[in-house]
Amino acid sequence: MTTLGIELKRVVITGLGAITPIGNTQTEYWDGLLRGQNGIDRITLFDASRHDCRIAGEVKGFDPHAYMERKDAKRMDRFAQFAVAASKQALADAKFVINDLNAEQVGTLIGTGIGGLKVMEDQQEICLTRGPDRCSPFTVPMMIANMAAGLTAIHIGAKGPNSCTVTACAAGSNAIGDAFRLLQRGYAQAMVCGGTEAAITPLAFAGFASAKALSTRNDDPAHACRPFDRDRDGFVMGEGAGILVLEELEHALSRGAHIYAEIVGYGMTCDAYHITSPVPGGEGAARAMQLAMKDAGLVPEDISYINAHGTSTPANDSTETAAIKKALGDHAYNVAISSTKSMTGHLLGGSGGIEAVATIMAVEGDRVPPTINLEHPDEACDLDYIANHSREQPVEVALSNSFGFGGHNVTLAFRKYR
Amino acid sequence: MSQDDILQKVRKIVSEQLSVEETEVAPESSFANDLGADSLDTVELVMALEEEFDIEIPDEAAEGIGTVQAAVDYIKQKVAV
Repeated sequence: MTTLGIELKRVVITGLGAITPIGNTQTEYWDGLLRGQNGIDRITLFDASRHDCRIAGEVKGFDPHAYMERKDAKRMDRFAQFAVAASKQALADAKFVINDLNAEQVGTLIGTGIGGLKVMEDQQEICLTRGPDRCSPFTVPMMIANMAAGLTAIHIGAKGPNSCTVTACAAGSNAIGDAFRLLQRGYAQAMVCGGTEAAITPLAFAGFASAKALSTRNDDPAHACRPFDRDRDGFVMGEGAGILVLEELEHALSRGAHIYAEIVGYGMTCDAYHITSPVPGGEGAARAMQLAMKDAGLVPEDISYINAHGTSTPANDSTETAAIKKALGDHAYNVAISSTKSMTGHLLGGSGGIEAVATIMAVEGDRVPPTINLEHPDEACDLDYIANHSREQPVEVALSNSFGFGGHNVTLAFRKYR
Repeated sequence: MSQDDILQKVRKIVSEQLSVEETEVAPESSFANDLGADSLDTVELVMALEEEFDIEIPDEAAEGIGTVQAAVDYIKQKVAV
């Protein structure tokens, strides 16, 4: 394939890593999704008793010391710990060894919605109560959003292209799409990419709750995240990281790597409409899906599965449904669609990462994960959302949608590798 | 506070701050060369010592504290005053 006269290389996925509210490896995560496992419960990471929303999808039992030295873990915010851990998992899964010969050809591109919010909040408190000279010298390097990418590169030794996308809840998908573009054009041979987030903190919950974005179904956390259901009342925050090893096809073949799937399309648009609300009718999201299909040379009838953004907010789910219809026409009614956020909660910048993992696994294994808690579909949500139980079906091509505050719309397209 | 009390406290703090075993922290240990401290670790370590002994260590003085013994000596003359 060529574009603007440049010969584009094919790019495949050879490694997956995941730290999620339903499992701290890619295998546990995928098995959990197929089982319809709920990852939402009451908040334990901070005292949420004064908050309107007291539920979240926390990562459980994560031990950073399994992935890094004690000292390194101490000087790293949780969002960066998740990224380093998931990146190491993905590289091990890909059996990809970074050494002196290839280090400059391996890059890192990890997105996050916010960055080291916990550290920012803790140090702000110290600054105000105990004085500025009591703030940790690690305050800035721990809180800045690019540090997941920077620290991951340090820990894996990747000296190639390195960057960070900060496009709210689209950040993880933007990171994967941008890494795909770099590899297509030959700027690297492999990219460790995805998204990470750890924003289960008092300030994030206060802010999102004030914006009326969060579910307040505090007495029933297991059923709080219910995308496309008429009784949905907001999103439920999750945390974690999803990381892929993307590799230029010839490079992957030359080392006999296992290939999960091929990444074939990347579409990115902006609503240019409102800071938090999607544009009514979803034309921005529809264009992102259309651009991803065009990028890959696909038509709507090629699409088997869509991993929806599906946040469980009243506005997103009906608007995304309209956008899918706009992008796919009548074929929208034939496509399997699910929101895996129903199980993990919304990982903000991490969501594009773990949802790419889910989409790729669906393409590889011809199984689609469900949307749980879908009991009474909203009238405005009349497509096939794979309610409550996973399904075995051929998945030749799948899309993954991610939309973010600011009006960012991103769609990634994955195809079975042949 | 005796010199030995100070040394034991300093060793404990250094061990916690730099994530090294207390047994590795000898009086002659250099923070940078023996215990792996970088410039940010050193700043954090000095802050922890200030809190523990309720003293102030000005930047110029901190720059001269390169070993465990140097820290103990500095703290000793500060707390004695």
